[in-house]
Amino acid sequence: MLVECENLSVILRRRKILKNISLSVNSGEIVTIIGPNGSGKSTLFKSIIGAVPCTSGVIKKKSGLRIGYVPQKLHIDEALPITVKRFMNLPSGHSHLAIKEALENAGASGLETEQLMELSGGQFQRVLLARALLGRPDLLLLDEATQGLDHRGSAEFYRQISRVRDKLGCGIVMISHELHVVMRQTDRVICLNGNICCQGKPETVSGSPEYYALFGLDRDNESAIYLHRNHNQIQRAQEMTHAG
Amino acid sequence: MLDDFLVRATVASVGVALAAAPLGCFIVWRRMAYFGDATAHAAVLGVALSLTLSTPIFAGVLVVCLFMAITVSSLSGRGFTMDTLLGVMSHTSLAIGLVAVSFLSGIRIDLMSYLFGDILAVGKTDLLVIALGVMTVLALMAWRWSGILLSTLNPDLALASGIDPKREQLVLTVSLAIVVAVAIKVVGVLLIAAMLIVPAATARPFSKTPEMMAFIAAILGVSACLSGLRASYVFDTPTGPTIVCVSALLFILVNLAHKLIPFLRPPLVDKGA
Repeated sequence: MLVECENLSVILRRRKILKNISLSVNSGEIVTIIGPNGSGKSTLFKSIIGAVPCTSGVIKKKSGLRIGYVPQKLHIDEALPITVKRFMNLPSGHSHLAIKEALENAGASGLETEQLMELSGGQFQRVLLARALLGRPDLLLLDEATQGLDHRGSAEFYRQISRVRDKLGCGIVMISHELHVVMRQTDRVICLNGNICCQGKPETVSGSPEYYALFGLDRDNESAIYLHRNHNQIQRAQEMTHAG
Repeated sequence: MLDDFLVRATVASVGVALAAAPLGCFIVWRRMAYFGDATAHAAVLGVALSLTLSTPIFAGVLVVCLFMAITVSSLSGRGFTMDTLLGVMSHTSLAIGLVAVSFLSGIRIDLMSYLFGDILAVGKTDLLVIALGVMTVLALMAWRWSGILLSTLNPDLALASGIDPKREQLVLTVSLAIVVAVAIKVVGVLLIAAMLIVPAATARPFSKTPEMMAFIAAILGVSACLSGLRASYVFDTPTGPTIVCVSALLFILVNLAHKLIPFLRPPLVDKGA
């Protein structure tokens, strides 16, 4: 067991973001978290890395757990000049060889001397992944790591993640919107909407009524990821139940 | 050697420029330009307090700047934005400071010397205080450099690497208060922000890494001080403002040169294929 949450609840600005979350992640396992916007996916990650305090419940971590984290957004200010190599050496230095290897593992070879600001979206995500890999993490947290990548790019990115798992044997938790793309590379899916709606093998989850309800999917129209209209209606209905 | 007032002035200004360089870079990167300004305004209240309580100016300024910097950093993100808080705190303390000074009827106070500095009057004790302040700031910067840098890039990345971004911000804030407190004698309250920001901004186009930018900013800051001192001696102008003028001139020249001279620009890379 790498990390285990027991009845984790988080209240931020008097809003209950996470309710009674219990989950655990083992090494060598790829877990995907899906859920609509505002369902607390990023908050869950932030409470695991300690950026957001738990209101109740506990998070147990394996002692000496090394976490590699790839954030959802990383804005590099134009005023800050920094090369990929320098970025990889933050906060502590690594050998030239280790950096080269990490970039290779993330599929971003040869970018060492590039300015971080000038990378394309895909290159930037890979560099973030490479930096997360450098610390030889036991647990890798990827928050919508394929943001800004096209379908082919994100499919390739997920294959890369799967190769990383095979090579390093770390546990991987990723947040994603694209269950259909992630499915093949995932061992377990957790459907999050404040609480855990359903979890299990990807095939099980994608066929479950909770999943359909959460994403407003039509059983006949499986190709749609989710329909915004229905999704909003669900949220409104939920808000009403909370208010009442 | 230190008996010569020009030598003392040179040492003092070079020291402040060295400490201001890395701090100025962080201020530029974190978009805290107004923070430096606000801390400097609060320094006026510090001057007034020191004169009232007859304590050394440096101590009063340091205490007030620290108080203000820590209050603003801990209150930000709790319903007020940083610039609103800074606006309230900096002008309030400036106003209280000016009112407090008016009560001190017994002594004649040359407020101008605190607003614009009085570098030629730097004594041996001042020099010692400046040296200690500068060395403290440089040591803090060298010690926490990576941590502050990573927190500047992204606070969550820092947390995931076991670095507390709040603590790093505190280190930065304290360093800023120290620099303002020691620089008040050199360039005065109104021009401290220029000492911090202008060299860093000038260094940006030539820098590939954060360290390079801090290093170039230090060189630019020191040369602005040396030539500013010389110019103020030759033209008989106020020293602090002259240093800032030279610094600004460097900024303009460097940016023009960067635009006009092709080999200073990085080569175009064909990123296709």
